[in-house]
Amino acid sequence: MDKQSLLDLLRHDARQSVDDIARQLGADADAVAAALDELESEGAVRGYHAVVDWRQVDDEHVRAQVEVDVELDRETGYDEIARRIARFPEVRSLRLVSGTYDFFIEVEGESMHAVSNFVSERIAPIPEVTKTVTHFVMDSYKEEGIELGNGDDDDRLSVSP
Amino acid sequence: MTFGDHLSDRVKQVPPSGIRRFFELAEEVDDVISLGVGEPDFSAPWAARTAAIDSLERGKTSYTSNRGMRELREAISERVTCYGQEYDPEDEIIVTTGASEAVDLAFRAFVGDGDVVAIPQPSYISYTPGAVFAGGEPLPVPTRAEDEFTLTPEALEAAGADEADVLVLCYPNNPTGAVMTDDELADVASFVREHDLLVLSDEIYAALRYEDDHASIATHPGMRERTIVFNGFSKAYAMTGLRLGYAMGPPEAIDAMNKVHQYAMLSAPTTAQYAALEALRACDDAVEEMRREYDRRRRFVLARFDEMGLDCFEAKGAFYVFPEAPDGDDEAFAEGLLEEQNVALVPGSVFGAGGEGHLRVSYATGMRELREAMDRIETYIAE
Repeated sequence: MDKQSLLDLLRHDARQSVDDIARQLGADADAVAAALDELESEGAVRGYHAVVDWRQVDDEHVRAQVEVDVELDRETGYDEIARRIARFPEVRSLRLVSGTYDFFIEVEGESMHAVSNFVSERIAPIPEVTKTVTHFVMDSYKEEGIELGNGDDDDRLSVSP
Repeated sequence: MTFGDHLSDRVKQVPPSGIRRFFELAEEVDDVISLGVGEPDFSAPWAARTAAIDSLERGKTSYTSNRGMRELREAISERVTCYGQEYDPEDEIIVTTGASEAVDLAFRAFVGDGDVVAIPQPSYISYTPGAVFAGGEPLPVPTRAEDEFTLTPEALEAAGADEADVLVLCYPNNPTGAVMTDDELADVASFVREHDLLVLSDEIYAALRYEDDHASIATHPGMRERTIVFNGFSKAYAMTGLRLGYAMGPPEAIDAMNKVHQYAMLSAPTTAQYAALEALRACDDAVEEMRREYDRRRRFVLARFDEMGLDCFEAKGAFYVFPEAPDGDDEAFAEGLLEEQNVALVPGSVFGAGGEGHLRVSYATGMRELREAMDRIETYIAE
């Protein structure tokens, strides 16, 4: 079972039956199930998500990207601060980045108020955090490799040579 | 006087296209899932499309040199080395309006009145008319399911191709998805040398091989000087509508083709040439991603056919598989499937000798439709 091919396929569309995955990889369904188990148990595959276009959903849904500057001291490293931030369920993603700030956080909430409250009451007060800049997401055009505009219609001839 | 009274004999000699008839049938059916499409379901890679847009913004709307932009010919020359092909961008490559134009140029340049053009079948539907329009006499060379639709010297011999002047090859093949290995091509090459034929090798699907690398007959000993290779951007780069292809061969051959091309076409579309140049420079990853997606679909379709008991050899190239029609009547099966299950595919018999009793199934269609189409075919067979 070639794990790279399995990963390619899952990243393309993870919502397929084991049988259909097996057919596409030319593999045995049992072997696919075993490889999936292994990818999950060794932590290479951490989860599966729907890619949602929130404009199509009525619920109010607010997202923000937050830049965070920190000042390290002898006892505290990035990992330690990151762990503290990552545990909050409002934090969708947390990455250490190069450049003019240290952490890049994606935060989700039910309202702008909830998100800004979260940043000011949960992130900013962390002793090592020296500065936060919150960017509210105003619109989204592409998520997880999927464009959110109206899809191109298939305008090919139905039968062609 | 009417035009109808003045149809040339050559035009009269070519019957209406069988695929056209099927297209019209399919157009009358609502919500059809089509496995009958001979072109990619992807759009051209965005980088190539933006290069076309940029070129328009910069006002690049003039003719190019007859043979195509020098830079593009250089990029092509460099690219085809991956198939072991070496052609000088100066005088051994010509850029054309689709590989189709290139094939037509070759027919017009090298097929004289009464010259015999051996065409392995089932085949892409343009070769036979192309040979006829040029004044040649098409000689069908049936290939067989038992040989996985590869061409053998025995098949050539049996069809009388030893007397032919020109041999057309198309591997990976439309409509069967067949490919030919280097060893199999070596046998064909011996036949060709022994009987002194010219070869027109349409390698438009070269980038779409799933089990091994593409092999070209032009790289076999003594073959380069008697072979024209055709390739293009339509299939690998999903650029069918941009109409850009090319031909490669010895200088005197490309000169002759250019003579026809310069009067008939002047030059290939300039915008498309800019797109193609960028495609060669920056779109390898996009091509590889499409190839992998086709491969997954190919395996899926083959697995589903196997499960429903539809006999199908393991096609290893292009984006077609070529199963046997269950009761042997491909036209009846295709029409019934279209009427009862709204799934369109193309009966093999429209692709000539050896195609009858088979079905061309294109997997240039998204997985969701493919899954649904397979379920419907299964239902149709069960009923």
